[in-house]
Amino acid sequence: MTPEIGSLVEPDRVAGSLYTDPALFEREMDRIFHRTWVWVAHESEIPKAGDFKTAWVGRRPVIVTRDRRGGVNVLLNRCRHRGASVCETPKGNGNGFTCPYHAWSYSLDGALRGIPYPEGYEDVVEKKDLPLQRLKAGSYAGMVFASFSEDVEPLEDFLGGARLWIDRFMKQGAGYPIKVQGEHRFRFQGNWKIQLENTTDWYHFPIVHRSWMASVDAETANMLSIMTDENAITHSLGNGHSVAISVADHVDFDEDDGTEKLQDRFGHLVEELSKDMDPAKVRRIVRAMHGVGFNLNLFPNVAMSMSFFRVLRPVSVDETEIRHVALGLDGGPEIVNRERLRIHEHFQGPFGFGSPDDAEAWNRVQRGVAGDAGMAILVNRGLGREKPNDLGQPTSHATDETGMREAYAMWKRMMTDGN
Amino acid sequence: MATEALSGEAAALPFDDPRALAAVSLIWREAHLLDARRYEEWDGLWTEGGEYVVPIDRDTTDFAATLNLVYDDDRMRRMRIERLTGGFSISAAAAARTVRSVSRHVVTGRDGDAIEICSAQVLVGYKREETFVLAADVTHRIVFGTEGPGISRKIVRLVNSEEAVTASGFLL
Repeated sequence: MTPEIGSLVEPDRVAGSLYTDPALFEREMDRIFHRTWVWVAHESEIPKAGDFKTAWVGRRPVIVTRDRRGGVNVLLNRCRHRGASVCETPKGNGNGFTCPYHAWSYSLDGALRGIPYPEGYEDVVEKKDLPLQRLKAGSYAGMVFASFSEDVEPLEDFLGGARLWIDRFMKQGAGYPIKVQGEHRFRFQGNWKIQLENTTDWYHFPIVHRSWMASVDAETANMLSIMTDENAITHSLGNGHSVAISVADHVDFDEDDGTEKLQDRFGHLVEELSKDMDPAKVRRIVRAMHGVGFNLNLFPNVAMSMSFFRVLRPVSVDETEIRHVALGLDGGPEIVNRERLRIHEHFQGPFGFGSPDDAEAWNRVQRGVAGDAGMAILVNRGLGREKPNDLGQPTSHATDETGMREAYAMWKRMMTDGN
Repeated sequence: MATEALSGEAAALPFDDPRALAAVSLIWREAHLLDARRYEEWDGLWTEGGEYVVPIDRDTTDFAATLNLVYDDDRMRRMRIERLTGGFSISAAAAARTVRSVSRHVVTGRDGDAIEICSAQVLVGYKREETFVLAADVTHRIVFGTEGPGISRKIVRLVNSEEAVTASGFLL
């Protein structure tokens, strides 16, 4: 099977069957989602001991918990007795989890704590042998990842060249930690890789999102004049990761030559914040109201895009759930966090001015590809102008398909024996 | 301005208050306009300063402090209409066909010039071989001004607002 899979991905194109073949999807769950690092949470979602949230690693439901010692645990949401899920509350705080079926109870780190009427298990079961299945967990800059593989490479190595960009992303907090403020969820009838491709696809933006562009102020629209901005570039970062810059002046918020005019739309923020905050800090916060000037795509399931996280969950070969996670400044001014919520609502979610148009395009890809799954998907835009940067990372214009080529090269390595 | 909350037995639709029937009539007309995607006429049902909310958290009343699916003032609502009618949105161009029922009306608040009505809304949508259902509790605050009744607030609490919501080019 492996040689055939290898031939499905070429440097400039991939087979349409990557979106439609159920056997490939099963293999992706096994060889990608159950082996590598998959994003499950941001630490701000579980700040206190006892906090938990549910998440997915591929199609497997997990619980992410903060235990009494402050440790982060990622546990398979499945009782070790007869298999019932032990938590159906999306988020909360508690002492542990009790299975609804026979009340086996587990602590926050997954240890089996209690079995009712234990006499039936004398000389049969030792509680220490039956904890909830633990995944390997790792955290970088507050981003929590998990893996079903004990042998997975260290998280920092996996993130590799993306770490610099994660650090830059967090600078939009302007000195405050980033926190999750809520999320929009929707599904589209298409393969997960259609969304994976989209994060570093600035080519679609002025076309698919024309109605959003028409609804924002001229300064915001001009900020995203990517098609004609030669500083809007994209880099392959290795291991399937990539970044595409939309606003070069907002790549690193520590750099500010003072020439950028703050947008008029945030005048009320400047006025309010200036009452008890020094001008430099006000400027730092307001420059970052739209988030960073890039979209970072982390293979396989999370993106850090401008001011939000995009999380994808493969449901089946032709269905994918998307979460757009709104971010704010933990401990920052309330007026800033509320304005960031309004910006998020304007674009994201099933009633946003942007997401429904993305979903329509992605649904149409799946429907069209089904017309001939043997016909290639082209990911060759910019091949003629792509060059390595100082770090040797393939680099091209932000509208080019460099990031997709990076993701599919990683896909090919993981799906064959090349990893 | 808040309406006075009514409790228990007072919550039934009071047929001795002609405003209740006028309010329900307005709610039905609104449903008809939204199904017909006659958004400019729909905009005319609103009073100045209207608030249109589809929250994610069904229990919250502090919409400004939380993430919503829709949180519109007059300006955002009119931009939303422009987006749906302007011809530049591919999802609006391929909007699902919808048929909605609004019923189970109960009056939940009254004051001098306003009435608050909570209703059940069941919307059936259809798009490309798929038919789907969205159910919601809807609360309207209807203000009776010199030009007749108008919507000053509408809150649509979807039963599944905290999970993935299917919506494509239409309004609730």
